Amino acid sequence: MLGKLTIDALPFYSWVAMGGAAVTVLCGLLFLGVITWLGAWRYVWKEWLTSVDHKRIGVMYVMLALAMLLRGFIDALMMRAQQAFALNSDGYLPPDHFDQIFSSHGTIMIFFMAMPFMTGLVNIVVPQQIGARDVAFPFLNSVSFWLTSAGAGLVMISLVIGTFSTAGWTGYPPYSGIAYSPDVGVDYWIWALLISGVGSTLTGINFVVTILKRRAPGMKLMRMPLFTWTALCSSILMIFAFPALTVVCSMLALDRLLGMHFFTNEAGGNMMNYINLFWIWGHPEVYILILPAFGVFSEVVATFSRKRLFGYRSLVYATAAIALLSFTVWLHHFFTMGSSASVNAFFGVATMIIAVPTGVKVFDWLFTMYRGRIEFTPPMLWTVGFIVTFVIGGMTGVLLALPPADYLMHNTTFLVAHFHNMLIPGVLFGFLAGYMYWFPKAFGFTLDERWGARSFWCWLVGFYLAFMPLYALGFMGMPRRMEHYNAPEWQPLLIVAALGAMVILLGIVCLIVQLIVSIRRRHETRELTGDPWNGRTLEWLTSSPPAPYNFAVLPRADEIDAFHEMRKRGVAYKRPKHYADIEMPKNTAVGILLGGLGFVLGFGVVWHIWWLALASLLGVAAALIARAFNDDTEFRISAAEVEEIENARYGALARAVPKSVDQPSTAAEPLPGSAA
Amino acid sequence: MTKRQAIFSRSRGLLAAIAALPLGGCVFSRSPVIDPKGPIALAERDLLFTALAVMLIVVIPVFLMTFLFVTRYRASNKKARYAPDWSFSPAIETVVWVVPALIVIALGVLLWNATHKLDPYRTLAAKAEPLEVLVIAQDWKWLFIYPSQGVAAVNELVFPSGRPVNLRITSDTVMNSFYVPALAGQIYAMAGIQTRLNFLANAPGTFTGRNTQYSGDGFADQHFSVMAETPAGFEAWLQRVRQSPGRLDAAAYESLAKPSIGHPVTYYSGVQPGLFESVIAKYAAHPAAGHSGHE
Repeated sequence: MLGKLTIDALPFYSWVAMGGAAVTVLCGLLFLGVITWLGAWRYVWKEWLTSVDHKRIGVMYVMLALAMLLRGFIDALMMRAQQAFALNSDGYLPPDHFDQIFSSHGTIMIFFMAMPFMTGLVNIVVPQQIGARDVAFPFLNSVSFWLTSAGAGLVMISLVIGTFSTAGWTGYPPYSGIAYSPDVGVDYWIWALLISGVGSTLTGINFVVTILKRRAPGMKLMRMPLFTWTALCSSILMIFAFPALTVVCSMLALDRLLGMHFFTNEAGGNMMNYINLFWIWGHPEVYILILPAFGVFSEVVATFSRKRLFGYRSLVYATAAIALLSFTVWLHHFFTMGSSASVNAFFGVATMIIAVPTGVKVFDWLFTMYRGRIEFTPPMLWTVGFIVTFVIGGMTGVLLALPPADYLMHNTTFLVAHFHNMLIPGVLFGFLAGYMYWFPKAFGFTLDERWGARSFWCWLVGFYLAFMPLYALGFMGMPRRMEHYNAPEWQPLLIVAALGAMVILLGIVCLIVQLIVSIRRRHETRELTGDPWNGRTLEWLTSSPPAPYNFAVLPRADEIDAFHEMRKRGVAYKRPKHYADIEMPKNTAVGILLGGLGFVLGFGVVWHIWWLALASLLGVAAALIARAFNDDTEFRISAAEVEEIENARYGALARAVPKSVDQPSTAAEPLPGSAA
Repeated sequence: MTKRQAIFSRSRGLLAAIAALPLGGCVFSRSPVIDPKGPIALAERDLLFTALAVMLIVVIPVFLMTFLFVTRYRASNKKARYAPDWSFSPAIETVVWVVPALIVIALGVLLWNATHKLDPYRTLAAKAEPLEVLVIAQDWKWLFIYPSQGVAAVNELVFPSGRPVNLRITSDTVMNSFYVPALAGQIYAMAGIQTRLNFLANAPGTFTGRNTQYSGDGFADQHFSVMAETPAGFEAWLQRVRQSPGRLDAAAYESLAKPSIGHPVTYYSGVQPGLFESVIAKYAAHPAAGHSGHE
């Protein structure tokens, strides 16, 4: 009846594991308890869980990402603590627990922190930036979100019921095969990726169509804001890359469930095929995450330098070039697998070519600051910190692109330091910059700048302390994923790295304090204009938070910085003569239902509870068919209602202090009050 | 404890850490990648350093420009020129595309040549005939078979310095990665597949070898000693191995292959011929699959 599921699945095997399970359960109960205590279930259900509004879905994505950031970071702290102590001793974590932690850390940070964070920002911002009322497929958007959440749920529940994979976030066979990993851990990993991967593919489709078909009149491709451009390239990559992951995970699942031999040692299986397929997804995935972060930096650097983005065309071509090239370099993840010199050299050169457009981007951001009026708001701090730190990561990346150098440094902590050096400043700093930049747009009040700056400095200093020692340890020959070690010369550096992780913890605490402080002071920091930063792109034209339809009348975009140009011409806040009815998609519970069924399906397969898996699969089919027959999926906001909402908006605008548009100056004659 | 004492005891820990730094620097300069003991690892390290130096042509200007622009064009400095609509310069665009491209072309040529020269499959040119060693990764130990000498050792790889070593590597378990950073970069060990690695030690010495590809519970203890000996020292070692009672036949291999953590160094005075090939053949679907496409 319950398949492989018995009472032994509960984590009674170690105090640490039991503590983790208890914290997970308590946090879940606390979350539900708070909603109950506030009596907000009806509101949460009607306005959020069943919402198809891209802004609401975006906010939920970011909330998921921040929650998973905490979980993934606790994993990181536990690993750093273990390695700081585990010289010639077992530390406090047994190997099979340490191995689960490094596997879940990577899996969570990539799939359930970075991906939802990126998708959340894209969701909140892109439709507004292109002057649209919603995404092309709002219902699909809800389905994508709930499938991603289902995957995250599977990873979280593995803490409580059963174990997680010990095969690392890449799950290389034959280790991840049934012969070497008979536990449910790898199955949890596979099904979390499969289910959320479907969500990501659908998100990619949704945003390619949205960006290509839903742009405001006048917004040609070469007038799109850079963030929209990067979201487009990232979405195209999702469509082409994620099927490879889905296929390779399915094949691994077939190996494990039905005794097939795609990747086993025996019977003609070949692990090298897995490794190739995995990285055919895995390398573009890096750019799926990093391109939108580049987009955030491009928006932030122009806004807070009070200047047009330098080299717009170059930045667009560089983005497209990176997206294209990202499919030609996957083999650099395994130069040490014994390919011939020519094959390795080809992929090494292809990898280095990516450094050119990336370098161009860095210089374009720098020249955007040149002759600007730079304001060091928290989003700008993240951006400057990114530029300096990311260049170091880029440099070590080119070193690893040289196959002979990679033979030396591969699989060492040097590699770990390199990809964290790309993903923390490159991706996470970008998303945190975006979070602080667009937070007032989503909620109508600004985040506290002092706590934001404190968080930034802790993250920056903590990053260097945590990862520079890992570069050095790589030169000292330390492999990654060591549960303990016998080399005393490694320990001082590992202690410094652990201290770095503690400083990053302070940065996370500052983020939490910032949120609490800002919510408590929200009445003082209320944002009435919808444009807290003197912004340049169309999302700043809407009110904060925007009306459900974003734009009462669709704007025209005849320039690159459409909103900035409108303000310059003094037409940004011109009232239309009359309003028309607006059709918007209706909220639906089918999205959360499909997510729930996906979760149950995954859980059923993981534990071989076949009737449950089959029932949820039938449920998915029934829900989809029922939804397909539902023609009543839209509702109408009448012109009168629109007018009422817009009246309130213009009332607030009248009360707000208008911001002046930036005027050029020369060194000789500074213009008073030109920049905020 | 008073507050002051608490601060003092905390800062004492900090002082100890700071005092350890120069010591750490000294250890670092003797670490295997920085201070290699063979021509292959040395060439690989030099390539890394050369590329690092070339890239500083781009990286240092980025640091300087960031610092300069951020200080000069801060909003509070109203003396700096402000050009809010300046967004294009053909000269700058040309430089930022062309200079990195030229650097990548230069590095690309360097990369192409170095990758061919340092191909791990390439037998090293030296006066002495290469020493053949067959390597099998097991859970969680390494077996070294000397086919010409007819002996084998677990977790100890010994060879004469100055003589090239030609390894053929496979795995009897999950994927492993064979790594002796002082002598050469790593290569994967995979079941049913044979990979190769060639290296040379300049002088006698003892180094550490490891598996770097995570392989399960015993992974952290899967290290082994690598000893480059004088020719006489190598002969003496062979004598010691030949006096050991153990012989590595099919049955002995079977029991050795069972998972074990921290397996002690073990010698075998005899080895069943064709053992290495049979371990590969055990997994290969057909003979052709027993070799990676490279050979």
